[in-house]
Amino acid sequence: MTVLDKTAQLTRKDRGRHADRLFWALCVSAGFAVLVILALILITMVKEAYPAFSADFFTSSSWVPNDPDGDGPAKPVYGTLAFLYGTVVVSAIAVIVAVPVSIGIALFLTELAPRRVRTAIVTLIDLLAAVPSVVFGLWGILVVAPALVPVYQGMHDVLGGVPVLGSLFGEPRSSGRTFMTAGLILAIMIVPIITSIAREVFATVPDSDKQAAWALGATRWEMIKGAVLPHSFGGVVGAVILGLGRAMGETIAVALVIGSSVQIAANVFESGYALPAIIVDQWGESTGEFTAALIGMGVVLFVITVLVNLVARFVVRRAEIRMRGASA
Amino acid sequence: MNRTVLSRRVFAGVAVAALALAGCSSKGDPGTDPSASAAGGLASITGELKASGASFPNTYYQEVILSLKDAAPNFKVTYNSIGSGAGKKEYGSGLVDFAGTDSTVKDTDGVPAGSYLYIPTVAAPITVAYNLKGVDKLQLSPVTLSKIFQRTVKTWNAPEIAADNPGVTLPATAISVAHRSDGSGTTSNFTKYLAAAAPDDWKLGSGDTVAWPADTQAGAKNTGVAQLVKAADGAIGYIDLSDAKDSGLPFAAIKNKDGQYVLPTLEGATAALAGAEVKDDLTFNPLNAAGAATYPITAPTYLLVKPKYDDPKKAELVKAFVKYVLTDGKAIAAEVNYAVLPTELQAKALAQLDKVS
Repeated sequence: MTVLDKTAQLTRKDRGRHADRLFWALCVSAGFAVLVILALILITMVKEAYPAFSADFFTSSSWVPNDPDGDGPAKPVYGTLAFLYGTVVVSAIAVIVAVPVSIGIALFLTELAPRRVRTAIVTLIDLLAAVPSVVFGLWGILVVAPALVPVYQGMHDVLGGVPVLGSLFGEPRSSGRTFMTAGLILAIMIVPIITSIAREVFATVPDSDKQAAWALGATRWEMIKGAVLPHSFGGVVGAVILGLGRAMGETIAVALVIGSSVQIAANVFESGYALPAIIVDQWGESTGEFTAALIGMGVVLFVITVLVNLVARFVVRRAEIRMRGASA
Repeated sequence: MNRTVLSRRVFAGVAVAALALAGCSSKGDPGTDPSASAAGGLASITGELKASGASFPNTYYQEVILSLKDAAPNFKVTYNSIGSGAGKKEYGSGLVDFAGTDSTVKDTDGVPAGSYLYIPTVAAPITVAYNLKGVDKLQLSPVTLSKIFQRTVKTWNAPEIAADNPGVTLPATAISVAHRSDGSGTTSNFTKYLAAAAPDDWKLGSGDTVAWPADTQAGAKNTGVAQLVKAADGAIGYIDLSDAKDSGLPFAAIKNKDGQYVLPTLEGATAALAGAEVKDDLTFNPLNAAGAATYPITAPTYLLVKPKYDDPKKAELVKAFVKYVLTDGKAIAAEVNYAVLPTELQAKALAQLDKVS
């Protein structure tokens, strides 16, 4: 009897159809909401920033939001280049430092660590992700920046004479608030993100692949190189991009430790500025075109983030195609 | 955490009570000008006011609001320190009942003409704090100051600094300049002062943010600048008086218009207010004001109130609060390192307030 009821319930057409449709509508609207929200953000920001979009905005590296001579001939200049440069340099340093460390931690956790150690380390890394960015920033200006000055000085003394490296590692700022410090703080902030995603990705490598590598007489490193890394390339790139996104958008920690000098300097031990940092620093007292310029910086940041994501997607697709070719 | 906040509240309460007592006892004193208390009708007032704006006078307004809690328990005032620019925006779009601002209203601020009156409240000196081993007294003229902040003078034993400080042995330490990273009325007033007092030497103009030379350093808010100055031997920066006092840094005496070197004090600031020319709308410029006792880098701050409120009750509340600020608030000002208005200007401000309806 009950069996019959169940069957009747399952085959009752109209009811299933309603639930299906509802579910379909829910999912589609949720999917579209993402697009709509993105589009609305972009439209409003471009509209608000429009008055500031001039040739200077994209080509100038000087930032003179006040009118230096009142009614005189000089006009305010809103150039984004120095800030764009700072954001790129700082994020690049962060990624260069954080990626090897994160992948190392993730491999250690999935391939080498005994279970008890693994749980402890995972908890610690998750805790690192939970530290608010302003705490990182304060730690940066009070502890890290002053402590790094002698290190920078040492690196400058050693590498200062070498042709290309010499200009990268120039005379350090006495306050230690530099591109490098900001990059290192950011690296610490994005390590947990990259590590936890990379760990998940490495965990999905089929045991059969690994066993196969072992069976062929591979050492542990050869197994990782031949079985784990190729299988998880796409996922790891995804993890790096998420970390990079966090690094480029990070505001308060960078604003505190980057030193707030509007300049394009090859020397990574110099002070600089970044896009989100200038927005948070100068928003409160801005009016008119000045405000528009700051919103324009937001648009620039938005566009770079989208571009980086597109490039990443392209890289992942290329790699996947190549790997499929190799395995076939 | 909670306990500290609680104890601070209790402490503040006690302090306010002590102030109130002090106020009562000195009422018969003929020296205490027209602060004939407005507290009389306050206790019966009920209502709520919202305001936002300048961060420069924020400490003072918060203390006044705290003390108002005891005088008028049912009168709730909130002041959000979001910056002059943002405060004017909120005032212009009707989000707040009054606003605080360090600068006068410009066309681009979004506040329609005729929709506001200026009420000056307090002023405060902006100190030039420095950190230089072996030098505990420093004198600077505006021209030297502008050269230091534009990085044309880079060491402490430069002839310009030596000329301002006869008889002082200055070390050859390199100067490092600290300024604000955030847009700020303090920067605006400091640069306005340099533009007024050293017009031929100061090239950066004035404003909440200026294009500082790249080899200067920036810190967030007054405390950030103070921290930078403290951290390095040879550093110099501009900081408001209360934060500079908290930091324990020494200040430079600045040469005023009359050629006197004056240290930043509240008396020097009040002297600057007395020496400034007050316009009809009660705006005035105490920067580089005349007078032998004047401290020349003194910044004013105003409240913007509407000449006509839609709700007459609101007008009464605004009048009651601003009157409280201008009269009873005076006792609090010195405690938190703000200079009060000279008697004459205070009377003008109270008269301006009467126009509100």
